[in-house]
Amino acid sequence: MRDRLILAGLIALAAAAILAFLTVNLRGHLAFALELRGVRLAALMTVALAIGLSTVVFQTITGNRILTPSIMGLDALYQFGQTGLVFTLGGLGYVSLSPQLKFTVGAAALMLLAILILWPALKRRMDLSLMLLAGIVIGGLFRSLTNLLARLIDPQEFAVAQRAMVANFAAPHTDLLLIAAAVTLVVGGFLFVRRHQLDVVALGQDSAIALGIDWNRVVMIHLLCVSLLVAVSTALVGPVTFFGLLIAALAERLTPSRRHARIFLVAFLCGVIVLVGGQTLLQHGLGQASTLSVVVDFIGGLVFILLLFGRHRR
Amino acid sequence: MMKGAGLCLALLVIASLAIGVEDLSLSGAGDRLPLLDLLSISRMPRTLAAVLTGAGLAVAGQIMQTLTRNRFVEPSTAGTAQSAALGILIVTLFLPSAGIGLKALVASGCALAGTALFLSTAHRLPPEQPHLVPLFGLVYGGVVGAAVTYVAWQNDLLQYLDIWMNGEFSGVLRGRYELLFFCVLLIAAALLAADRLTIMALGEGQATSLGIDYRRMTQIGLVLVSVMSALSVVVVGLVPFVGLVVPNLVSRIFGDNLRGTLPLVALCGAILVLSADIVGRLIRFPYEIPVGTVLGVVGPFVFLWLILQERRNA
Repeated sequence: MRDRLILAGLIALAAAAILAFLTVNLRGHLAFALELRGVRLAALMTVALAIGLSTVVFQTITGNRILTPSIMGLDALYQFGQTGLVFTLGGLGYVSLSPQLKFTVGAAALMLLAILILWPALKRRMDLSLMLLAGIVIGGLFRSLTNLLARLIDPQEFAVAQRAMVANFAAPHTDLLLIAAAVTLVVGGFLFVRRHQLDVVALGQDSAIALGIDWNRVVMIHLLCVSLLVAVSTALVGPVTFFGLLIAALAERLTPSRRHARIFLVAFLCGVIVLVGGQTLLQHGLGQASTLSVVVDFIGGLVFILLLFGRHRR
Repeated sequence: MMKGAGLCLALLVIASLAIGVEDLSLSGAGDRLPLLDLLSISRMPRTLAAVLTGAGLAVAGQIMQTLTRNRFVEPSTAGTAQSAALGILIVTLFLPSAGIGLKALVASGCALAGTALFLSTAHRLPPEQPHLVPLFGLVYGGVVGAAVTYVAWQNDLLQYLDIWMNGEFSGVLRGRYELLFFCVLLIAAALLAADRLTIMALGEGQATSLGIDYRRMTQIGLVLVSVMSALSVVVVGLVPFVGLVVPNLVSRIFGDNLRGTLPLVALCGAILVLSADIVGRLIRFPYEIPVGTVLGVVGPFVFLWLILQERRNA
């Protein structure tokens, strides 16, 4: 009963956030303004879905509640790929490529690298805190490498690369919206179909294998899904280190059920409330539109620290 | 060993003096700038700044690792450097005309507060999981960094902030680095306290029973670490990984008796930063790669190697 109440409350809040995003301070040519906001809304909701799904799945296959794809540096990896493209093709070559092609190349590279880097660690069941530490450092390495590449190219080309490097919820890259939304929906549908399998995977490696799961294959497939979704969100708005952690932690607190169907939904709703609601609030309430990613990283970082200490008090 | 390191540093100093856009030959340099001026205004300050920053940061890292009894902690991964940047930002906002001395003072104060908070909180993490402390430190630094970014964004100081957050020596000229000479005093103080610090590494109980005023020494160590990091952030910006990598490598080879190893730590820190600066100047001559970026690329590899080694030995 309480569960249903919370779910209804979340849906209402998300709907309110969406409504406010579309209508607050609406002026001028109505149809035009609504279309503009509608496209941005769709982009933000795609991001919320992509990050919510990827974080929950990642936490399930790694068997922990504080590790997320961004903390492990996956989004830094995607950006490194994009800067690498600018580096090899030149700024002009990069700009003249269609955004869809760039996204596809970037996503493919990310999937490959994610498998190369994370797969051995996951297979060997590395100690969690060690893996976290290594992940954060690898993320830092790729940020530095991106920075290095950016320094090695012309200043003008640097500007091209830089556009892809800063998280911006106020102006998502909507030219990618169609392909991003399509990828998210397909992967999301796939994960939804497999939700029961994920429930079994969440029991841990030994139990899952005993219950007939082909562990290595399943982990590999889901890792690929995660990297695709990370590519989507990073391509649309750029990197936000702690957003996934924030909404996954919220979802875990808000739902007693460990079933993936429910956690996916709650995480998505939390994502919409934080992203769309936060964006509306900052844009119209506080007069600063572009700082949501910073605020999210600040609050998400605090949540991480609380989780770290909370986990060990028990 | 000390001799070898000293010789190495001397060679690097000579190389650093010789490398630059303006040719340094006795006959040719006279065209635009007299040799002596070139050396005393630009080359010498830059070289000295690199040496002093490297030595100071390495010693600060060593003290920090002694205080936390954890090998994976250093000022730039424990919020010290980020807190110092926050201090600089605050001075810039409220006293835009403040001189570099006042900036350094406030930055040191903020670094002190930020590091003290880190230390007092980190002690509550379970000692049997040593990787949690650096993890907490990295995220804590990230949270303080997000706060810094937020303040800078609100006040249009992002670009200004960039200068402090990415260490480089290209702006170091006569009159702009002399504050770093304080590092010599601080390193000397650390050398005087070396024996007591070595004993402190045994833990509070042991140290107290051997007659050390543990709280007092912690405070002294805190001040040394904070002021050294703040000075380097004020003058050259954030230089990562020096305080982490150098003490680890030195103690791996020469053990933990700080009276013997601390001078070596300082020397090797100077060598590391100076050679990183030289590499940054050569890689894309006549353009420059900031020393922070060079170390950001090299540092993670050494760090990963260190944690994997630790694991093997454990």
